[in-house]
Amino acid sequence: MRKVITVGLARGIFWQIIGTLVGIGMVTGVRFLMGLGWKAEPAWVLGAFVGAIFFMGGVGAVTDWWRWVKGERTLEVHEIHDPSGIWRYFGVSYDHKVIGIQYGVTSLILLAIGGTFALIFRTELAESGLQFLSFQEFNTLVGLHGMVLIISILLGIAAIANYVTPLLIGAQDMAFPRLNAFAYWLAVPGSILLLSAIFFGGFETGWTGYPPLSVRGPLGMQMFFAGVFLNGWSSILGALNLIATILRMRTSGMNYFRMPIFVWSVLATSIIALTATQLIGLSFQMVMFERIFGMGFFDANNGGDPILFQHLFWFYSHPAVYIFVLPGLGIISELLPVFVRKPLFGYKWVAMSSLGIALVGFLVWGHHMFTSGMQSYLRVPFMYSTLLVAVPTGIKFFSWVATLWQGRIRFPTPMLFVLGGIFVFLMGGLTGPPNGTVSTDLHLHDTYWVVGHFHNTMFGGYVFPLFAAIYYWYPKITGRRMNETLGKLHFYLMTPAFFVMSFGQMRVGLLGMRRRIADYDPALGFDLTHLIVTIGGFLIALAVLIFFINLIYSAKRGSVAVDNVWESRSPEWQVPSPAQMHNYPEPFEVVGEPYDYGLAGTQYVVFHNAEVSKGSEGSKL
Amino acid sequence: MSSRSSSLAHRSDEYQVGTNRLGLWLFIVSDSFVFGALLITRFYLLGDRRPHLEQSLGLIVTSVLLVSSFFMNRAETAIAHNDRRTFLFSTAMTLILGVAFLVGVIGFEWRLAPFGPADGAEGAIFYMMTGMHAFHVLTGVLFLFVVLRNGLRGHYSAESHWAVEAAANYWHFVDVVWIFFYPALYLIGRV
Repeated sequence: MRKVITVGLARGIFWQIIGTLVGIGMVTGVRFLMGLGWKAEPAWVLGAFVGAIFFMGGVGAVTDWWRWVKGERTLEVHEIHDPSGIWRYFGVSYDHKVIGIQYGVTSLILLAIGGTFALIFRTELAESGLQFLSFQEFNTLVGLHGMVLIISILLGIAAIANYVTPLLIGAQDMAFPRLNAFAYWLAVPGSILLLSAIFFGGFETGWTGYPPLSVRGPLGMQMFFAGVFLNGWSSILGALNLIATILRMRTSGMNYFRMPIFVWSVLATSIIALTATQLIGLSFQMVMFERIFGMGFFDANNGGDPILFQHLFWFYSHPAVYIFVLPGLGIISELLPVFVRKPLFGYKWVAMSSLGIALVGFLVWGHHMFTSGMQSYLRVPFMYSTLLVAVPTGIKFFSWVATLWQGRIRFPTPMLFVLGGIFVFLMGGLTGPPNGTVSTDLHLHDTYWVVGHFHNTMFGGYVFPLFAAIYYWYPKITGRRMNETLGKLHFYLMTPAFFVMSFGQMRVGLLGMRRRIADYDPALGFDLTHLIVTIGGFLIALAVLIFFINLIYSAKRGSVAVDNVWESRSPEWQVPSPAQMHNYPEPFEVVGEPYDYGLAGTQYVVFHNAEVSKGSEGSKL
Repeated sequence: MSSRSSSLAHRSDEYQVGTNRLGLWLFIVSDSFVFGALLITRFYLLGDRRPHLEQSLGLIVTSVLLVSSFFMNRAETAIAHNDRRTFLFSTAMTLILGVAFLVGVIGFEWRLAPFGPADGAEGAIFYMMTGMHAFHVLTGVLFLFVVLRNGLRGHYSAESHWAVEAAANYWHFVDVVWIFFYPALYLIGRV
């Protein structure tokens, strides 16, 4: 019991509860002094934010900064040595690998929760008529499914980027380890608040939170906004840290075009997250203020304009899609050469295409608003900029195909997920242009076709690469391999199930099924397809359950893999697994190209302690 | 070779300050998207109208903030030359002027404005823009307070004063934001 109290997470949640009460008390006290009575909404909103601040203090994420404020010195990062053992994952650690695992576990928990929400409302949709959910519950589940999984994706990307980036560039840690821990821990109260929306009456708007509906909805709306706001800041600060790390912490010899390709995609994704995220934060903040103070930003009766919200919201939320997929596409490009045993085709083009997608991604947000009543002269420019995204994305596909061409391909589980990711993302890409083209989008907007489309992009661009990355880097984290049989079962169950689900979604969408609708007319003839889609969804859940079992089982029972299991050239595989604190005993030097697989006499990295053992041979390379 | 690799293992303080500098600039880039979006909101909703505000007060608070940036720069330059007295005096002056700005905006302009936050787009935009900016000024004031307190205890020197530099750059950033906000709220458009 005493151990639990000393654990950071427990202290954090304790102080979050205290802070929430303090915030509620502050608002109520001030209102009492002003001669006003109890009002739930402002009290809970301030309570939410004060609670989050108290959480950060309680967990210990600001302790060192507070020492700096007081003018005291703290340990340098390379002087810190964490105790080993499981408990360090439940408190503040500055080790980027611990933080990476913390991000990853949080992300997978949210993945399970968000997926469960989908299973619940999918069951409701399996048959026409309302079976067991009310409209309000259905809407809340749909909205939370969307936003919880978006947060899960952001945290999952942060997990991989945090764990792998410093290893790949030969850094001891991130540029700002304290900020790194802060960014992670901020996501915890944020996610708690987001999920708490369900207990505050839920919300009806879906994950987009459009006014005027979001201005009228129940208190759950505010908790949704507060949770996303905090998670947004977590994402911004994490991205800032990653950019600084990539620009400043590379080992000697690693110029920009010798960085692993995954690092390029993290850089591109972080540029978007750093800047665009502010706009979703601001737009949600404005709705919060509209609700609390009556400020009429989006209220047409009070001088405002709801279209403005959509502009601000989609300025983030479209580029956000590229935040989600760019790291995944980077993982595909990173892993493919390892399993094809060939150089990555067109390295520089692939690197630049990530930046290209990030840049063009800022110019396309209006394609979400073709039917919104936005000025009609904006439609065609946004259509062209949207279709332009196909160019840098196409570069990636050409690169992958050319890399696969005549390769000596190996098919362990991570490679299966890489190939699956390429194929599913191709489906996502092919179903996209009809939505980006004005004439067809007027028909397809807000139908299940769009749902099918973006599930393809999210699975192909994030979920499949995420699983590939976990199967691939799991030995680096634990020193053990994940079970191949369970891994293959996971893949061969999830992939067809996914296609059944998403093609079913597209089919009902083309036939006219609207998004976010709890019920449909049996005369429309959707019942059978909806049932099949629901079965597909449950099969995906079963596959992911197998993955979770594998994840836990292999940590103790997996076959030991301390060496370079994938025969990779990447530096992290040149040292024994699991990776130790501060990563490398000696810094390495980059002496060649990263992906020259199969080319005799090439070398990517040289370790200086190896040089000592090999005599003068090492220094010549 | 070995000296080079050990310098990579434990990067110098100077290098770390360079990284800190980059981090602060990235933060400023990120934050300026908030202010940019607020400017867009202002022109989207109000176009060539502007809220009816106290012109003389706007000019006074703007002058106060601009003068504060002068003292902030003086403080930073002074500590870079180890001139502790000027550094402390100028930091205190910046702090006082920052508080004066806050009193001017929150204490007077918010009271004198002929509309509340719920009164149309003018009210919403005026209180949101000045409020968001004032929040940043407030964080800058707190930052300066920490710098002043630790400066009084003799913490900074010509070689090592990253906190002063960071506070100064942040302060100038908040000042520059006001240079855009002031005309957007007080000067551009018809009442």
